Amino acid sequence: MSTTIDARGLSCPQPVLMTLDEIKKGSDTEIVVLVDTDTSKENVARAAQSQGCTVTRIDPDGDGYQLFINRA
Amino acid sequence: MKNFFASRWGIISVGGIIGILAALLQKLGNPGNMGICVACFERDIAGALGLHRAGVVQYIRPEIIGFVIGAMIAAYLFKEYRPRVGSAPIVRFVLGVFAMIGALVFLGCPWRAVLRLAGGDGNAIFGLLGLTAGIWIGTLFLKNGYNLGRTQTTHAAVGWMLPLIMLGFLILMLVFPQVEGQGKNDILFYSLKGPGAMHAPLFLALIVGLGIGFIAQRSRFCTMGAIRDLVLFGQIHLLTGFISLVVFAFLTNLALKQFHPGFAGQPVAHTMQLWNFGGMMLAGLAFALAGGCPGRQLFLSGEGDGDAAVFVMGMIVGAGFAHNFGLASSPKGVGPHGIAAVIIGLAVCLFIGFSMRKKTT
Repeated sequence: MSTTIDARGLSCPQPVLMTLDEIKKGSDTEIVVLVDTDTSKENVARAAQSQGCTVTRIDPDGDGYQLFINRA
Repeated sequence: MKNFFASRWGIISVGGIIGILAALLQKLGNPGNMGICVACFERDIAGALGLHRAGVVQYIRPEIIGFVIGAMIAAYLFKEYRPRVGSAPIVRFVLGVFAMIGALVFLGCPWRAVLRLAGGDGNAIFGLLGLTAGIWIGTLFLKNGYNLGRTQTTHAAVGWMLPLIMLGFLILMLVFPQVEGQGKNDILFYSLKGPGAMHAPLFLALIVGLGIGFIAQRSRFCTMGAIRDLVLFGQIHLLTGFISLVVFAFLTNLALKQFHPGFAGQPVAHTMQLWNFGGMMLAGLAFALAGGCPGRQLFLSGEGDGDAAVFVMGMIVGAGFAHNFGLASSPKGVGPHGIAAVIIGLAVCLFIGFSMRKKTT
């Protein structure tokens, strides 16, 4: 199962806060985060890695990106 | 392609380059401990346009123009230009106004706070403590669901507005240059004495501004974010860049014999520590609620962020209020209404923080 977080259009540091909240909840192994700027992409990836998660894939999605974060 | 500037060493190099260039700009003519100050320089621009009439702080600062246009060039070159707008612009404007008022009670933005420290000005310590306190309050709001809502993608031209305004300022400056010994040249005001009369040569300042705008856009350099990320997530990525700025500015100052430790008689600074703290606390809270330091807001504007551009305009208008209403400090101390303005500003920021929670979707 995966959870999707839609952080598109939100300013710094909202996307990171939302991602970290979801990681802390710990319900699903995969988290998909939608972002629309390169800054958010980098910040979310960096924050997830600092929590011991791996970013398995980053796909382009419209004007932004889809980040696949694996908790395992 | 991997973005080197977004790496640990990338942000450290960017901080270092900014620190060295800021100290050099001072050598080349910019005011003492003010190699680069986003708040002070936007205030000087407000003065040059006649939005306030404080005769000693009037000059169109090419560094600011360079920051916006340099960031725009980088964003286009690396396909990161994203025109977007619509996330509580009027709130961002008000935050910009009070951020400027707070910064002018202290006499500097976060960049200048560390440049003052790197030049030996001990008063900056109180400003930095206030900045941290303000950002800390901001993180409490962020933890409790404060947000400004979502932006929307828009026409490319929306994102060009602030870069075009900056280009307009540059053209005005070239068409109406300073006439020796005259305080006004048809359109623009120019300081004859004081900090506004001290500046590095126009094209050098512009090139430095363009270069810093370019690398700061690539690295996402943000001084407020440096402290916020540390307090909020324990992350030190941005902080390493901020510390690098202080260290390299300090070393360059030592090399150029610009380091003069002390509290009294520091250039463009006062020793009323409670209000050095209070002014910067207000500014820090406003930056935290708006999502970026004044430099970062300029770089975001270059990337197409129309809301960041509104914050910048808020700061320029705020500079007008600060000098027209006696809110800005001077080396003698705080202005006649500076203290009241800080208290009102804190109340407004608290209102914004408390009233704008949740509702992200």
